[in-house]
Amino acid sequence: MNGMSKIVKTVANFVYGFIIIFGFYIIVHGHLTPGGGFQGGAVAASAFALVLISYGSVTSQKFLKKDIFSLFESLGLTLFILLAFSGLGITFFYNFLANSGNWFGNATVIGVNSGDMNTGGLIPLMNIAVGLEVLSALGVIVLIMAKGAEFTKKKENS
Amino acid sequence: MKKIIFAVAFLVFFSFLMVSAINMRTFGEPTVSEMDDYFIENAQKETGANNVVTSIVFDYRGFDTLGEATVLFTAVVGIVALFRGVKK
Repeated sequence: MNGMSKIVKTVANFVYGFIIIFGFYIIVHGHLTPGGGFQGGAVAASAFALVLISYGSVTSQKFLKKDIFSLFESLGLTLFILLAFSGLGITFFYNFLANSGNWFGNATVIGVNSGDMNTGGLIPLMNIAVGLEVLSALGVIVLIMAKGAEFTKKKENS
Repeated sequence: MKKIIFAVAFLVFFSFLMVSAINMRTFGEPTVSEMDDYFIENAQKETGANNVVTSIVFDYRGFDTLGEATVLFTAVVGIVALFRGVKK
């Protein structure tokens, strides 16, 4: 795959960053608006798929590294499990930060309100961990399958 | 012969489906709703998050999310193991 035409590459250059920013917006606002770690991670991973399709698998291997994605994936899952264990003073998965006044610990206004980023306790942190994991997991799947398709095509032609 | 048997089986099955669909309770009125009422009443107060769905997924049922994340991780490990012979 040598990538698509110049028009597609230009549009991909323009849109790529916006898709990633939108994905991170969905991840970070998971406790206020619809969405969360899984959905935002899938949105951000679609940007990597866009780059892979528009630039071709050979060129995009230069700026999308599989090893870094793999590292971030393990990091996300480990962070999630550590956050789950951190509430072990009471129970597994206990939300000890909520309404405590510390990090993400403001009390919410009950009922309809405009939303405060600094609420939710462990939920935003877990959203970030799961979002990191999903983003890099889908990135690894897309990258490695494109590499495998390239390999198969080369083998069939020779 | 085969077609007739399949047609009769389809009709019987489909009539059962239709009867059970007609006899179902009206939409939006569950028979048991104590748990839903508890979440709607207390989720915002207990977890501090406005989004009740996220507070269920990441707080009340955190184990479920841990399983989902592990399933995704296992899928990636399987794919990496499957494509291990691919060199540049």
